[in-house]
Amino acid sequence: MLLSFRTIMRLLTHNMLTSHVKGVTNGYPLKLQAENIKVMSVDFNPEFVARMIPKLEWQALIQAAESIGHLGDLPRELMPEYESNEEFLKMAHHVLMEVEVIEGNLECPETGRKFPIKNGIPNMLLNEDEV
Amino acid sequence: MRLKELESYLQEVETFEEPKVLLEQYPTSPHIAAHMLYTMQTQYSDVEGKLVADLGCGCGVLCAGAAMLGAGACVGFDIDEDALSMCQSNCTDLELDSIHLVQADVTHMHTCPGRWHKAFDTVIMNPPFGTKKNWGIDMIFLRTALDMATESVYSLHKTSTRQHIKKKAKEWNVSMEAIAELRFDLPAMYKFHKHKSVDIEVDFIRFSFPSK
Repeated sequence: MLLSFRTIMRLLTHNMLTSHVKGVTNGYPLKLQAENIKVMSVDFNPEFVARMIPKLEWQALIQAAESIGHLGDLPRELMPEYESNEEFLKMAHHVLMEVEVIEGNLECPETGRKFPIKNGIPNMLLNEDEV
Repeated sequence: MRLKELESYLQEVETFEEPKVLLEQYPTSPHIAAHMLYTMQTQYSDVEGKLVADLGCGCGVLCAGAAMLGAGACVGFDIDEDALSMCQSNCTDLELDSIHLVQADVTHMHTCPGRWHKAFDTVIMNPPFGTKKNWGIDMIFLRTALDMATESVYSLHKTSTRQHIKKKAKEWNVSMEAIAELRFDLPAMYKFHKHKSVDIEVDFIRFSFPSK
C-alpha cells in the first residue's frame, strides 16, 4: 500500500526547511538522505517557476539535488535573465517539483539531529527539550 | 471552473475518520471552502499561479481547492500525522500534484519562521478557534500567517472576536476586510456534545498589507 502513495517531499519544500532546535545557530541547509525516490510529472508553469527562484537558496538546491543524483544539467549558478530562459526554467521545474523523496532523513548540519521523512512528509516537530 | 463545480469536486475530499478533540479537528465544509477559494480567485486573483500556504491543513480541503483553482503550489502544514496521511491520500485520489505537505507545529513557527518568512503570496486557513486549554491560539495562527505572506491572508474567526482582531490588525499595521459572515453548523462529532449540532457565527476575513 505504501508503494502506491503519491508522496510530497520535493526539493522546493526542502529548500525552505531549517532546524529550529534551541541553541542551534546553523540549522540550514538540512542534509538530505534519501532512501527512496520517485520522479513524477507535474504541469510546467514557467512564470511560477521564475517567481520561485528568488525565494530559493540556489546552492542549497544544487547540493540537495546532487546528493540524490538528480542534478542533471541544472546550472550551478544562476545566469542573468533566467526568467525568460525556458530551457533553464524547465530544468528548474523538474528539480523543484518532479523529484520526490519518499523515505529518508533531513540532517541538521550543526548537530546531526535527524528529522525523518515518512511517506514523503518531513516531520519537523521538536521534542520538549528542544524548544 | 465554476463555483458549483469546485464545490462538487471538494465533496470528494475524504475527511477525518476520528477527529481529535484537543486539536479542534473538523473539516471545512465543501460549501464554505468552495466559496472562500472562489472569492479569493475571482475577486482578488490570489490563487491561480500563486504560492499558497494552508496552516492547519487537516485533511486538505483548502489545499485541494487551491490546487483545483490553479495555485502554482500549495504547502499544507499540520501537526497531526493522521490528518496529513488523510490529506496525502486525498492528493493521490484526486490527482493533485501541486500540494506539498510538512508536519510542523504552527505555534512554534510563529517565533521561528526561518525561511518561511514572507515566502508565500497567499496564506489561507481555518485555524483552531481556541478552547480553555489553548486560548489565544487563533491569534497565534494569524500572527504566523501574516509573517509568512507577502500579499494576503484569508482566515476564519469567530464573529465574537471581530473587535479584538480589528484592534490587533491596527497594531500590526495590516488591513482587515471582513468579506463574509458565515454560520458554521458543526455536527456533534464529539461524545460530550449535548446538542446535535452547534451553530457558530464566523467571519471570513481578508488581511493584506498597506503599500510597502
